[in-house]
Amino acid sequence: MQRIGVFVCWCGTNIAGTVDVEKVAQALSHEPGVVCSYNYQYMCSESGQQLIVNSVKEHKLDGVVVCSCSPRMHEATFRKAAAVAGINPYMVEIANIREQCSWIHKDMGDATLKAIILGRAAIAKVNLNAPLYPGESPVVKRALVIGGGIAGIQTALDIADAGYEVDIVEKTPTIGGRMAQIDKTFPTLDCSACILTPKMVDAAQHEKINIMTYSEVENVKGFVGNFTVDIRRKARHVREDLCTGCGLCTEKCPSRKGSDEFNMGLKKRGAIYIPFAQAIPKVPVIDETQCIKLKTGKCGLCEKVCGVKAIDFAQKDSIETRQYGAIVVATGFKPISLENFDEYAYSRCPDVITSLEFERITNAAGPTGGKLLRPSDNAHPHTVVFIQCVGSRDTSGCGKPYCSKICCMYTAKHAMLTREKYPDTDVYVFYIDVRTPGKGFDEFQRRAVEEYGVHYIKGMVGKIHDVDGKLLVDASDLINDEKICVAADMVVLATAIEPSDGARALATKLTASMDTNDFFTEAHAKLRPVESPTAGVFLSGTCQGPRDIPETVAQAGAAAAKVIGLLAKDKLTTDPCVAISDEMLCNGCSCCEKVCPYGAITYSNKEFRIAGKIETRRVASVNPAVCHGCGACTVACPSGAMNLNGFSNKQIMAEVDAICK
Amino acid sequence: MQEIISVMKEKAAKLLAEGQVRCVLGWKRGEFFYESTPAVFESAEELEELVYDDFCGPNLAKYLIRECAKEGKILVFAKPCDTYSINALIREHRVDREKLYVVGVECAGNLDVNKIRAKGLTGLVGFEDNGDTVTVKTLYGDETFEKGELLLERCLCCKGKEHKIADETIVLNEENTKTVGADRFSEVARLEEMTADERFEYWREQLSRCIRCNACRNVCPACSCIKCVFDNDDSGIASKANTDTFEENMFHIIRAFHVTGRCTDCGECSRVCPQNIPLQLLNRKFIKDYNELYGEYVSGEDSESKPPLLTFTQEDAEPSIVKERGNC
Amino acid sequence: MQVNEKNFQPKIVAFCCNWCSYAGADLAGTGRLNYPANVKVIRVPCSCRVNPMFILRAFQKGADGVIIAGCHPGDCHYSTGNYYARRRMTLLFSMLDYLGIERERTRVEWISAAEGAKFAATMNEFVAQITELGENKRLEDLRCKK
Repeated sequence: MQRIGVFVCWCGTNIAGTVDVEKVAQALSHEPGVVCSYNYQYMCSESGQQLIVNSVKEHKLDGVVVCSCSPRMHEATFRKAAAVAGINPYMVEIANIREQCSWIHKDMGDATLKAIILGRAAIAKVNLNAPLYPGESPVVKRALVIGGGIAGIQTALDIADAGYEVDIVEKTPTIGGRMAQIDKTFPTLDCSACILTPKMVDAAQHEKINIMTYSEVENVKGFVGNFTVDIRRKARHVREDLCTGCGLCTEKCPSRKGSDEFNMGLKKRGAIYIPFAQAIPKVPVIDETQCIKLKTGKCGLCEKVCGVKAIDFAQKDSIETRQYGAIVVATGFKPISLENFDEYAYSRCPDVITSLEFERITNAAGPTGGKLLRPSDNAHPHTVVFIQCVGSRDTSGCGKPYCSKICCMYTAKHAMLTREKYPDTDVYVFYIDVRTPGKGFDEFQRRAVEEYGVHYIKGMVGKIHDVDGKLLVDASDLINDEKICVAADMVVLATAIEPSDGARALATKLTASMDTNDFFTEAHAKLRPVESPTAGVFLSGTCQGPRDIPETVAQAGAAAAKVIGLLAKDKLTTDPCVAISDEMLCNGCSCCEKVCPYGAITYSNKEFRIAGKIETRRVASVNPAVCHGCGACTVACPSGAMNLNGFSNKQIMAEVDAICK
Repeated sequence: MQEIISVMKEKAAKLLAEGQVRCVLGWKRGEFFYESTPAVFESAEELEELVYDDFCGPNLAKYLIRECAKEGKILVFAKPCDTYSINALIREHRVDREKLYVVGVECAGNLDVNKIRAKGLTGLVGFEDNGDTVTVKTLYGDETFEKGELLLERCLCCKGKEHKIADETIVLNEENTKTVGADRFSEVARLEEMTADERFEYWREQLSRCIRCNACRNVCPACSCIKCVFDNDDSGIASKANTDTFEENMFHIIRAFHVTGRCTDCGECSRVCPQNIPLQLLNRKFIKDYNELYGEYVSGEDSESKPPLLTFTQEDAEPSIVKERGNC
Repeated sequence: MQVNEKNFQPKIVAFCCNWCSYAGADLAGTGRLNYPANVKVIRVPCSCRVNPMFILRAFQKGADGVIIAGCHPGDCHYSTGNYYARRRMTLLFSMLDYLGIERERTRVEWISAAEGAKFAATMNEFVAQITELGENKRLEDLRCKK
């Protein structure tokens, strides 16, 4: 029997407000093995921890039960306290009497009784705890950044500057991402390309950074410190090592039907193309779906004009396998599809465009050379309507329930720029709310209204009719409580943003969790915002949720700091709560091996002395550095030879018994 | 029957004499003619005792585990249904294919002595298999029955007469290669049709007869753990006897669950139960369910495929299907 | 405990995976989302750690309902654990049903770390369902009930 100490936390009034902590401590003091029982205002405080340390020494405790907040919150804190007191940190169990008791129950009697039962279960478990010792595993000193937008570039630069190797894997032919498509940035209105492209060049020239564009993560194995990643290098059909980026091939290509992705489809491009002038690497790519040579075998003009023989029609996808210690997800966002928003006539009227298309139209390198011309007839629009929250904050199921966060600001920017360049243009903005928290943001939006004379109208647009070349925008003005109709030449939809294509598939490969909107989940909403719950996987930028450029850059740096902290270690200590095989019980049936997601179980023939005779048996053993402790094997094992440290069959059944008593 | 026994003996004796196998696993007569028991033969003299008839029900696969731990090759005679168990044990690395010489023997179905007794016969002294009929000899005279009336339940819904693993087969009568079996899931389906209360009553009546003799477990080729969880004081569920109704249920649920996807439906559990509890119906329920939910899987058909509980698809049914399907 | 129809207080054991559902339960707490005190959570690393023996044991010791909560399929922290749990529990539940045990007493729910509201709603609903169903008489060790 262990000597157990019970420590009941008040958590101020958080627990003590609904749970009679005195009574809980009193009731638990009679449980088997309990030699002392205390209650205290804040167990996690310095003096609370000291109480635990002193009690362990004074009462010669073997085990500690803390009735407090969730173990997800302070298990580590109390384990450390136990270690300070000189006992094994895994001799600590937490009864969660805050999140799963005091905070959800109103009746003091019910909550107190439940707290006692939860305490009993923890005591029953700790009675069966055994000291556990963490193992060690080495760290590969290289990081993988998935996504080459501003988030990925910044993270890679920061990690590389600290002296570690970084690979950037980008699925498109160039790094740069969405920021490269943007014309001006709010609230300073500086040119996006002017601040982004130097960073792209820095990344390309950094000796520690290796950029793999037109590549995707195919498969991920391993664990924190030791990931093995298969990267698919898609066939570019242009050899990066030979190409000089002269661009002659892109000019000569006779195919002109490809949709220019960089310009949001507002332009056509050749089958062989460089997405934009400052692309990195500045190496063209052949679009297999458009290339005449690849489709029909005839043409090959690019090959003929290429002076350095860089064109390689025979090139195939290849898989490169690399080792990493840490992985950063920086997969970014895309505007949602507008198919559910037929009322805005996006699919019918070319002059109804998305905000990202508007960025391209106002960009000097864009399809109109920076002139504000509407797509249908290249005429200058005199009335432009901006509609906010298209698909954002939409609980009808057509769009997204969340706020896309950046739209209020970029709409104000668009409106302001339009009025600045074309004072003869009337600009209307329809909004639900204007949300402009952020440094200099509200001032910026007010300037749009006050100095630039943008008409902000609170109200939603019901429908857009296309009548005689005019776009009739039916809307309601909530402040004046009236229906209005604006005859516009052009309508810009502030389209909601969502995670990039393939984000969910990537999450599955990484075993990183996602929320219902397919944004990556952070390990803790407040305290671990740049880490994924999967150890060794970090989050950078909009893959985690909508955010603007400064926030993205800040988060990218934070993620990099976390990665650097990890890579700076030579060895990681591994969680000892892993599976363990009792060789005397093992039948060698391989059931466990078949369900192990990590390949942590191996079999070998071992000799056993049984009843005086030597017998050779095939038995399972678990690699504790590879095992993550899920426990799938423990249930697959018919003989009960597989068990899980920290969550053994007996421990769990002791908890069941205590709860059902 | 005499004919096949002599072919079997000849084969076995030859391989033993040539030193190709160390021993032969077959059957010999037990105390009564209807109690053939598994036996290991190591010489031609010992082989004289080899029998093979309608009462050679015991599945020899499990005995291979012990024999494989020793040096040398083993000749094992296997009925078609036994070959499934041999494959399953190879899959689980319990027996070593390299050490086996499997001789598949034809099977005309095994008889159930309880069914003979149920006909009111006593003083049983022998029997004669006439093909479609069986003549039972007693101290008080002979009586002839349709064979179907006396077959073991498992043989009435035979899985198949094809040997799934064999180095050679001995088939003298072509009739014995044809599978004629009823749907083995019909009884499960009948129970599924009942109301929950009726099913509860049915199983209470059946399982309350359990005396925890462990015969079902000990005979089962899949239940081959070195130490059973029920015998392991450390497992938390060790128990030697049923002290209450719950333990009757629990033992049989766990027993069946542990062999889910590994059980070949050989029916030995039902055959050996002294209380005649239709234990096979528990195993078959699992088989029927996984066939319906995850696609047909026949354990022991080969020695490689993954049993349904050791794999998954992303589109698998949710557990709530149990509620939704109604009587299932 | 004296049990009568009116104030029957069912005992509910909830096995919650550490990464999603236990975090979901914590989130329900953080959001002060009320659900009955009958529910007691046992933390397991993954839904695939839940051995059918644990469920039977709970019923044996007097639980009236057992619920297993894990990450949504595809979101398992261990990538595949809940897929195995899904098959195991489906077959186990079907077997319990086959033995005539009320099929409402067992449940599997996928509750993410973000679904505090779903956790609370599920528990409210499950407790109501078990209360309606009454005491677990078919699967319990009579010795353990006072």
